[in-house]
Amino acid sequence: MAVLDSKIPEGPLADKWTQHKNNIDLVNPANKRSIDVIVVGTGLSGGSAAATLAELGYNVKSFCFQDSPRRAHSIAAQGGINAAKNYQGDGDSIYRLFYDTVKGGDYRSREANVYRLAEVSANIIDQCVAQGVPFARDYGGLLNNRSFGGVLVSRTFYAKGQTGQQLLLGAYSAMNRQIGRGKIKMYNRHEMLDIVKVDGKARGIIARNLVTGEIERHSAHAVVIASGGYGNVFFLSTNAMGSNVSAAWKIHKKGAYFANPCFTQIHPTCIPVSGEDQSKLTLMSESLRNDGRIWVPKNEKDALAIREGKLKPTELPEDQRDYFLERRYPAFGNLVPRDVASRAAKERCDAGFGVNATGEAVYLDFADAITRYGKEQAHVKGLDEDDASLIEKLGKDIIKSKYGNLFQMYEKIIDQNPYETPMMIYPAVHYTMGGVWVDYNLMTTIPGCFAIGEANFSDHGANRLGASALMQGLADGYFVLPYTIGDYLSDDIRTGPISTDTSEFEQAEKEVRDQLNAFLNANGTHPVDYYHKKLGKIMWNKCGMSRNEKDLKSAIKEIQELRDDFYKNVRVPGTADSFNEELAKAGRVADFLELGELFAKDALDRFESCGGHFREESQTPEGEALRDDKNYTFVSAWEYKGKPSDAVLHKEELTYDNIELKTRSYK
Amino acid sequence: MKLTLKIWRQKNATEKGSMVTYPIDNISPDMSFLEMIDALNNMLILRNEEPVAFDHDCREGICGMCSMFINGEAHGPDRNVTTCQLHMRKFKDGDTITIEPFRAKAFPVIRDLVVDRSSFDRIQQAGGFVSVNTSGNTQDANAIPIEKNKADLAFDAAACIGCGACVATCKNSSAMLFVGAKVSQYALLPQGKVEATQRVQNMVAQMDLEGFGNCTNTGACEVECPKGISLENIARMNREYLSASLKG
Amino acid sequence: MSRLLSSSIARKIAMALSGLFLMVFLLQHFLINITSVFSEAMFNEISHFMGSNPLVQFALQPVLIFGVIFHFVMGFALEMQNRKARSVGYVQFKGNTNSSWMSRNMIYSGGVVLLFLILHFYDFWVPEITYKYVEFLPEDPSRYYEELVHKFHDPIRVGLYVLSFVFLSLHLLHGFSSSFQSVGANNKYTRCLKSFGTAYAIIVPLGFAFIALFHHLNTL
Repeated sequence: MAVLDSKIPEGPLADKWTQHKNNIDLVNPANKRSIDVIVVGTGLSGGSAAATLAELGYNVKSFCFQDSPRRAHSIAAQGGINAAKNYQGDGDSIYRLFYDTVKGGDYRSREANVYRLAEVSANIIDQCVAQGVPFARDYGGLLNNRSFGGVLVSRTFYAKGQTGQQLLLGAYSAMNRQIGRGKIKMYNRHEMLDIVKVDGKARGIIARNLVTGEIERHSAHAVVIASGGYGNVFFLSTNAMGSNVSAAWKIHKKGAYFANPCFTQIHPTCIPVSGEDQSKLTLMSESLRNDGRIWVPKNEKDALAIREGKLKPTELPEDQRDYFLERRYPAFGNLVPRDVASRAAKERCDAGFGVNATGEAVYLDFADAITRYGKEQAHVKGLDEDDASLIEKLGKDIIKSKYGNLFQMYEKIIDQNPYETPMMIYPAVHYTMGGVWVDYNLMTTIPGCFAIGEANFSDHGANRLGASALMQGLADGYFVLPYTIGDYLSDDIRTGPISTDTSEFEQAEKEVRDQLNAFLNANGTHPVDYYHKKLGKIMWNKCGMSRNEKDLKSAIKEIQELRDDFYKNVRVPGTADSFNEELAKAGRVADFLELGELFAKDALDRFESCGGHFREESQTPEGEALRDDKNYTFVSAWEYKGKPSDAVLHKEELTYDNIELKTRSYK
Repeated sequence: MKLTLKIWRQKNATEKGSMVTYPIDNISPDMSFLEMIDALNNMLILRNEEPVAFDHDCREGICGMCSMFINGEAHGPDRNVTTCQLHMRKFKDGDTITIEPFRAKAFPVIRDLVVDRSSFDRIQQAGGFVSVNTSGNTQDANAIPIEKNKADLAFDAAACIGCGACVATCKNSSAMLFVGAKVSQYALLPQGKVEATQRVQNMVAQMDLEGFGNCTNTGACEVECPKGISLENIARMNREYLSASLKG
Repeated sequence: MSRLLSSSIARKIAMALSGLFLMVFLLQHFLINITSVFSEAMFNEISHFMGSNPLVQFALQPVLIFGVIFHFVMGFALEMQNRKARSVGYVQFKGNTNSSWMSRNMIYSGGVVLLFLILHFYDFWVPEITYKYVEFLPEDPSRYYEELVHKFHDPIRVGLYVLSFVFLSLHLLHGFSSSFQSVGANNKYTRCLKSFGTAYAIIVPLGFAFIALFHHLNTL
């Protein structure tokens, strides 16, 4: 236990954060002017952190690989952001949000962190509204809420289906203000390729200018990693094409522990894979499950007929359909949490009941909802409630007003009209709860190196609730890191500017150059994508929604072999000193090839089912996940020792003083 | 599907570029346009040629990074979509497809189809924000009720993804729809009103400095905008600008 | 004011305002001319008033000339600037899929109208000014109708006039609603306004063409 100090403050849960803020060291405004901070990533956490740190007075250097900070993948979040505002007066509170988050995370997150998250959540909404984020409002002009992800209160704030974009643009506008003031120096189209440590402390990064190919040294008194999650290790995921693990992985290799890599969220309502050439998966908001009913045919021969195009789903009579979520989980039905819904869909498809050409899709049917809403409307408007075509029209209008943009998106991609025929959906990798291990101050095991947002591991345990990712990103960036980083930097007020002309920077730069040259000189036979796709297949088939010892062991072996082959046979065209996306991709895939192995190793080690991690060996007789609180109530933090297979496990025991560990049941 | 692609190739910002023709086969109608380019690139890599550089990231129509001018139209022939959401079923077997970068003096080409849109960032830095501290010491979010209609209009303006299709498609390379949307979002909300005078003047000044053309109200931008941003936002900006100028 | 004209939006608003002013003038011009179709006396009377009233002659006339010149000079300057905003053009550009021909070719329709104005000044304004202020010929309140009819005797001139009115119509079809958008008027009345603009852009030039043809055919 000695190596991992989570630095959770003493005192009662509700007072920990306030007391901690009161007791930590501060840096006075004059001294902040001589302190530099690097922030890698400009999503919700990185953008908000950069803006806030700059406003406090630090000199911030901000990096993103996209052409503008506004493009970070936080922008794609649709549904909403949770906050314990209790505007609806339905009994919400900080404690309830805390409780829901810990329970939803299947009791694998840190109590104190989650409580702090719930505590600052309300402030996020105030902040965003003050910045001009156009949240949805009711006719009284006040903020609107919706319910989300199977919790019992309405605490989700939203901006149509674009909540992520609006919040990110809010953070981006705050950044712009500081860029305009000269307090943030923005480095667009730059990718961090390594961290530089001086005397054991994080003191800078090596970055590559993606336009010119130039390798640059940047120094700072602290480095903040806000580079998001690593879902793209699966190749196909709802992440952006450029989303990568490299920044997090590079710091891991230099001493930051990587926690719970196997905790991955697989989202049930994504558009299914259509073919081998597919490059990414598209998510559709969880809110669809409020009105859609999920089913597959009861008989395998019907499923086969549908797959072959001989039978239309609308032609299958009601009693020949299997509404499997309603059947298995009568209490929650179609609204079970994401992990449960995903596994159930996979189970049906694996058993041969899938409904698209590849047999990897289930139906999400709105026909009942259309009728229900239609009748309701007809009643309200005093129209004929028995006129089927009128009912259908009225019902479709309501569905359109609620989900129009999602239906349109579906139609563009699949070329089928979801108002007429049920949607096809299938689970896809969406979010990674695991990440860089951080203490209560969000500092990694490298002094001076912090990790925030999806890049760290702390708040969501083994499964994240809907609308909580945005909350965590902004909480870390606006309200947590700006305080806690001061505690660390207060020792640096006399350090002065950090030179980049030192052997440490030289060494790090050399390593980066060597790796880039190795890719270019391999001159093999396969493009980078070939390896990425292969890795993705291994991950999806053997470390995906359900895992077992045999598959995990073979995954580890296959990934090792694939990695060896990659270094020998990859083909990267072009040069290092120009715009070269293939070269950038090669570096990212190289890191995924290492992370993938650690992922499998972690999954193998965790001999229990919890949250997004389902071990086939650990299930109840009915096939439900079986947690092992006695042996696994800990965070797995992995220390890098030369290669993933040699990684050393450190355990941070989790204690629950304010919450009772219970089995999640949705029956 | 079998296609003939005519693609703008340009090594870097300073060298001259030209259109190069690539025949391509085995394209499935279910592929997205960018997946088709992926296929082309993998073919080029295996032939030891440099792949076509293009901007893309989220591939679900929200990040605004993809930016091609396809067959004479920004984001191609489909409406209300970005290039990444355009599917090959919108084309016919045997088609010739012309692919060019977004063209404007304020969007210089970096390589092939990749252009530099940082002019948009600079316009935003000139005033596209509310000057509120990020300290969290703000008043309660429900302290200022906002008329639903106004809030909805502000949202519609804020839906802009900053892709630059409006500039690319405008015969004058004008950025008025983009800037108009930003100005409108803040002008419609009480939070933004305080700085409205300065904001519109600063943002317009920066827009002019970047070398965008003038708006002649052809309305092409509204048609090609993947997010359907309305021309009303330009009118609103003109009003805001007029009243700001009269105030001095 | 100088700051006002230095920005793109200010120039755009100035274009719109000068355009709106010219449209008002055009309507007035049309209303006077149409009287020539049914009443020679009335036409002469109004023409005489306009031609001899010092306010019209020495205040409105210079303003009008300034408005015309301003609109053209600004229009050409903006066009030049807009062309510079795209230094490398597209190989393929499908403007017709997202905008009207009229909106994209204001410079050409406007150019034709400018050429027409030169002809028109040569035909009417130059002789009129010469008559009044160069040769100081005695005032004759009944000469206007005759001069008008005389000009429309030549079929080539009538042909050129009618052709110009077609371009004027094309120019107005975009210009009318565009000027309202430019000054920031885009609201619930916009649809009405657009219909009215279309009507104006067709009726006024058509009326002018009718007047020219009427007098031409009448004298045959």
